[in-house]
Amino acid sequence: MSAKAALTVSDLHVGFGAGSDYREVVKGVSFSLDPGECLAIVGESGSGKSVTARALIGLAGSGSRVAASTLELHGRDVREANDRTWRGIRGKDVGFVLQDALVSLDPLRPVGKEIVEALKLHRWGDAKSRHARVLELLEQVGVPEPQIRARQLPGELSGGLRQRALIASAIALDPGVLIADEPTTALDVTVQAQILELLEQTKARGKALLVISHDLAVVSRLADRVAVMNQGVIVEYGPTSEVLFNPRDSYTRRLLDAVPSTHSRRARLSGDASSSIAAGAKPVVTGKPIITAENLTKSYKGPDGVNRTVVKDVSFELGIGETLGVVGESGSGKTTVARLVLAVTAPDSGRVLVNGEDWSSIPEKLRRPSRRLITSVYQDPLSSFDPRWTVGRIITDALPAGEYPTPVARRARVDELLGLVGLGPEHLARRPLHLSGGQRQRVAIARALAPEPAVIVCDESVSALDVSIQAQVLDLLADIQQQLGVSYLFISHDLGVIHHVSDRILVMHNGRIVEQGPADEIFTSPRDPYTQQLLSSLPTLEKAHV
Amino acid sequence: MTAIDSHTSLSGVSSRAASTTRLLGRLRIGPILSVVFLLFLVVAVVDPSILTHYQPLAVDPAHSLEAPSVAHWFGTDQSGRDIFARVVYGASASLSIGVIATALGMAVAVILGVIGGLGGRFVDGVISRVLEILFAFPALLLALLFVTIFGASVTSLIISVGLGSAPGYARMVRGQVIAVKNAPYVEASYVLGHSRARILRQTILPNAMRPLLVLGTLGIGQSIVWASSLSFLGLGAAPPAPEWGAMLAAGRDFISSAWWGEFFPGAMIVLVTLATTSLGRYLARRLEGRGSEA
Repeated sequence: MSAKAALTVSDLHVGFGAGSDYREVVKGVSFSLDPGECLAIVGESGSGKSVTARALIGLAGSGSRVAASTLELHGRDVREANDRTWRGIRGKDVGFVLQDALVSLDPLRPVGKEIVEALKLHRWGDAKSRHARVLELLEQVGVPEPQIRARQLPGELSGGLRQRALIASAIALDPGVLIADEPTTALDVTVQAQILELLEQTKARGKALLVISHDLAVVSRLADRVAVMNQGVIVEYGPTSEVLFNPRDSYTRRLLDAVPSTHSRRARLSGDASSSIAAGAKPVVTGKPIITAENLTKSYKGPDGVNRTVVKDVSFELGIGETLGVVGESGSGKTTVARLVLAVTAPDSGRVLVNGEDWSSIPEKLRRPSRRLITSVYQDPLSSFDPRWTVGRIITDALPAGEYPTPVARRARVDELLGLVGLGPEHLARRPLHLSGGQRQRVAIARALAPEPAVIVCDESVSALDVSIQAQVLDLLADIQQQLGVSYLFISHDLGVIHHVSDRILVMHNGRIVEQGPADEIFTSPRDPYTQQLLSSLPTLEKAHV
Repeated sequence: MTAIDSHTSLSGVSSRAASTTRLLGRLRIGPILSVVFLLFLVVAVVDPSILTHYQPLAVDPAHSLEAPSVAHWFGTDQSGRDIFARVVYGASASLSIGVIATALGMAVAVILGVIGGLGGRFVDGVISRVLEILFAFPALLLALLFVTIFGASVTSLIISVGLGSAPGYARMVRGQVIAVKNAPYVEASYVLGHSRARILRQTILPNAMRPLLVLGTLGIGQSIVWASSLSFLGLGAAPPAPEWGAMLAAGRDFISSAWWGEFFPGAMIVLVTLATTSLGRYLARRLEGRGSEA
């Protein structure tokens, strides 16, 4: 390793389009990165952080214009590099790890072959030594039984193993610089903790690490320095502790405030952080529960013909006006519980009661008129809308039949609902495709509210949103509960979000409820070992905000 | 990813004028020429006498097999009939065969595909196997088979070509219905308490049919080629009638001395197929582009 910086960038500009359509998305970004150091670029979608990362490896995309006064990899000027040169550089001098390993790995190629391919491309060794190198790499990134795993397809591996395999292929040729774009975003907390550990080891071996993330907590653990990007510009740049614990820029402060779990519960996340959601305390939940789940069990037949029980003996109650958080890692059965409550699928045994009456075992014909009692807000609003429909039609379609007989009455109600979720009549004729992620989720909430439900099932409803948008949507959900008294069954893998919204929490693991109780109790004194493990893997910013 | 996000969100709010210029910028010369050519054919179908004052069946033995000239743009055939007039009047037969046959094929396909896609495992299995058997035969061979069953006439030609093309469409409709049926937005609609009939009518069908429109445009050209092939084999329109395939068949005997009797009807078949295909591909790209914006 030379004493030189591994990566030097100054005044980087990246733009797209031509003529009057030309728009610059990265506007003069400068930083440098030394071997053994980790720099994190933090920002929300649209901030230009991913484009910056891509420009550094010559992959800014078709129609892009990249300009910089310095762009050096290991002291080598790569500003004028053409595609061919870049192919020689990528993998060898700089490795790249993408967010979703399932998308960036060839689904029909065993992961071992994928890594071999990276070696072959740079004419590394012969077939035999390449094979040995693959096993060595897989072992290095902590893949158990590398002999077997190397022959498996990406789809046959868990999310964590896939991400490890991807990292293995990125470091196959021992590049001095590793760029990771949202390396842990798609992963569960416990797996996330392992991948962060792995990246830390890579850094300790003298690699320069550039991490792109929207997650400030992840960054606080890994990075030596942080650059906060907003609208193509670095608004704050400095040592991690300085930026996170003593932010000077107002945007950085807003970003930090928007992270749930750094606050006392039920405080406002967006805007003025000091004002609380409810003027008074939340109405105490009393009386008959609206939803009762009794000993729910559900199994599915897997592709191998073996029955897998995904929900085992799950019982809980949801009170009127209450928020019940369901937390667990992927595959823990959270979503199946939601589907059972929504009566989209029927339990193998056990039952769901709504207002004390049987819900899960009655025929669909009897259930249909009452379906308006329980509506749902999904993780990906876009796919939950008919792609041909406008916002107006989506919401109108959800109005209960017969209650709004005239177009005027329907229109008035749709306007009212749009107002409730903070949208206006100007959005009526738009299609969801042309709305932002936050606006789409607002439309989804308006649709869920249209039939005047008693319960809204929120399945990872804010997981795909940027922190500041997530903060707005969480605040909106809280306001709606305050005004209308709806109950939420709130499902999320994000402990911070769950802690923020829930009155009570169910912790699910392998289809079972391992612990349930009041939110604060679970977070301060978890009894179950799994809950304890879950809470300890959570990267937090708590230190900064106590 | 970030760049694309910001790009689409910004272009989404751009003014109507800007989006119009972009639309024009994206239009290729191919689709424009196709539209012009197809408009010309529509005129030929609606009122062929606008384009020519000759009658397609008017025999004039004194001017038989004349080469293209100012009087007869595409020359004359062995009976002295004006080939340009016959080509223009023939557009009506060829195009209506193409369009009606495609529509018929798609209608059959939608029924089969929807039943297969929504039916239970058994129904779907039966329909899928039948479609696979039909698929094993080239569509033109199927059409030939139907023509021999129904006899040679324009009506049976339409039915034959339509039925012959149906299996291909049906498979696609079935796949689409299955895909759409499992889409989150259908479940969302179900959770809202809509009846199955309403979900089928308002959500599943319209969404499953979207790609069919593109395929239909491509299919019209295909149908015209098949119909002409069958006519050429003497299985469609009867000889004196101005139909492009039949004209090709009639001109075959004189090809060494009078190339124009073959060239112009053949060129029309090629051009109309090219035009519909190019238009279909353009539409497909547009729809795909819109889908991928998500």
